Amino acid sequence: MAGIQTVTSQAVVLRSTNIDTDQIIPARFLSTTERAGLGQFAFNDWRWKTEGVPNPEFAFNQPHSAGRQVLLAGRNFGCGSSREHAPWALTDLGLKAVVSSEIADIFRNNSLKNGLIPIVLAEADVQTLMERPDDQLTIDVAARELRTPDGRTYTFPLDAFAQTCLLEGVDELGYLLARAPDIARYEASHAR
Amino acid sequence: MSPAPRTPAPRTLFEKLWDAHVVVPESDTAPAVLYIDLHLIHEVTSPQAFTELRARGIAPHRPDRTKGTMDHSTPTLPRGADGKLPYYTAAAEKQVETLEANCAQYGIELFDMGSDNRGIVHVIAPEQGFTQPGMTIVCGDSHTSTHGAFGSLAFGIGTSEVGHVLATQCLLQRKPKTMSITVDGPLAPGVGAKDVVLHIIGQIGVNGGTGHVLEYRGSTIEAMDMEQRMTLCNMSIEAGARAGMVAPDQITFDYVAATPRGPKGADFEAAVDYWKTLRSDDGARFDAEVTIDAADIRPTMTWGTHPGTAIAIDAPIPAANDAAAQKSLDYMGFEAGHAVAGTKVDVVFVGSCTNGRLSDMRDVARVLAGRKVAEGVRMLVVPGSEIVKRQAEAEGIDVIVRDAGAQWRESGCSMCIAMNGDLVAPGELAVSTSNRNFEGRQGPGSRTLLASPLGAAWSAVRGQVADVRELFDADQKEVA
Ligand code: SF4
Repeated sequence: MAGIQTVTSQAVVLRSTNIDTDQIIPARFLSTTERAGLGQFAFNDWRWKTEGVPNPEFAFNQPHSAGRQVLLAGRNFGCGSSREHAPWALTDLGLKAVVSSEIADIFRNNSLKNGLIPIVLAEADVQTLMERPDDQLTIDVAARELRTPDGRTYTFPLDAFAQTCLLEGVDELGYLLARAPDIARYEASHAR
Repeated sequence: MSPAPRTPAPRTLFEKLWDAHVVVPESDTAPAVLYIDLHLIHEVTSPQAFTELRARGIAPHRPDRTKGTMDHSTPTLPRGADGKLPYYTAAAEKQVETLEANCAQYGIELFDMGSDNRGIVHVIAPEQGFTQPGMTIVCGDSHTSTHGAFGSLAFGIGTSEVGHVLATQCLLQRKPKTMSITVDGPLAPGVGAKDVVLHIIGQIGVNGGTGHVLEYRGSTIEAMDMEQRMTLCNMSIEAGARAGMVAPDQITFDYVAATPRGPKGADFEAAVDYWKTLRSDDGARFDAEVTIDAADIRPTMTWGTHPGTAIAIDAPIPAANDAAAQKSLDYMGFEAGHAVAGTKVDVVFVGSCTNGRLSDMRDVARVLAGRKVAEGVRMLVVPGSEIVKRQAEAEGIDVIVRDAGAQWRESGCSMCIAMNGDLVAPGELAVSTSNRNFEGRQGPGSRTLLASPLGAAWSAVRGQVADVRELFDADQKEVA
């Protein structure tokens, strides 16, 4: 995974709260043994009225949404299943960050492993940002800041390890494999 | 004078489990490395993890600590005349074959379509005795929280993490917070673990447990058998919690003692000595505490499109106070101010890792015996495992189900996730014993009410969403 320093983009807004992983990618698209190419199924049941007929109301179908990399979403985004297919689908759709006042634990973990930055801000701040989706937002991972063109700066929490992983593209499995001596010691002292 | 011996600070059950599995402690700059005792895999969330391992040229570190089963994509209809299983799609069949190949290559024990012990991952691991108190247990599946019923730390992980566990038997984890949920008092007739957990989620919300590990305690929980405790812990994730757990006790030890693969003889005795220490110490502090009075819990169902919309079956649906609640009402076709009871039902589904065990099958039989499923209602009863299926059949439950006009299927996830072709049609209303009522969860356009097995079966008979208290007379005795 390549490192990410900053993301600069306008935003797509999904105001619904509790957007669950079944909405992000419905279960019937999980019958795959691959991780690539899932963007076409992202938000499938909201994106299409019937097969092949897009729902023009849906934010991602509006022409100005094309190429936008930041999603502003209602509270408790990503609740539900542990499917990593959810961040796979969103990154395949071109998203680089999700901003919400609450992001579900497993989705958050899965996002970090796929270079999708989970950003939690106060509900009022998310609401303010949702009013101006056409603003060019800058997300600065090193500073843990989201900045707006009119000079507002929002600081978001990001665990130091997660930050390093994002900035340097650290591969968590590589990190764990390097702990092999510790793991061997643990196994020897807990033989069961 | 020597210093007085220091008494260790009181710890919660979670803290004891955490401390016992730390390989490298967490620091400001890095999460803890946590050892995983038992890793469960299934066909949907594992293939990409094996692909990653292969790409790096590494093999599983402890294949003996991983167990595999197939459940999500598998058909619940029997083999055809040609001897072939009726897979819904070629992709589903390929997933199953991929799991078989991966397990065969690396020597991972697999409960495949030919196994008498196959079933839903969270049903078979406890049934076999793989799930034991004191363990850390993970699976690429959010309902891994089920196994917390045994006093283990059990949680769902993503596919990248499935790869981490395969490769190192460890995970990188930040220590979560703790929340105690204390439920005290006897439950009313017809009210069970499913009502309890729906009630809890209705109280604390779908995000009420985010960042926390829940410990369920109190006299109501202590009185529950293991199957009820599994139902309870299963839905912890629906409150957003990382995991849910119940301290192990004699009920737990007796359950494990009766399993084929649990410890035996002196090993079992030694294990029980350790398991008895797995309780939150007096004075242990939780980051949050919730108290529930069992007397407040009535038969509970959901009205909306997430489990946090649980209300007592005769309570009015609350007025929509935001756009999300209005969207839920519109999707479900419900009106605020009315109770869900009385709504016409199209489909009833009994099964899943929440309510697919023998006691759930018995609850269904209790209601269906001598009765018929209402005209126009399609009812599927899907045992959670092959063992549950055989045990139920030995008791004649399959006959009762069929005589009532419902379908008795092969074990698997089935309509809980609707990946295998068992679907609720667009617009249809299903009363389901599963755990998620998200939009389209049981098929595109499907509408779901979550309920207990008793509530689901009674709704099937009545043809409408029905209150199980109608099954009991004024003396709280069950009416035949
Ligand atoms: S029964 Fe449903 S919730 Fe349980 S593992 Fe299967 S799909 Fe997941």
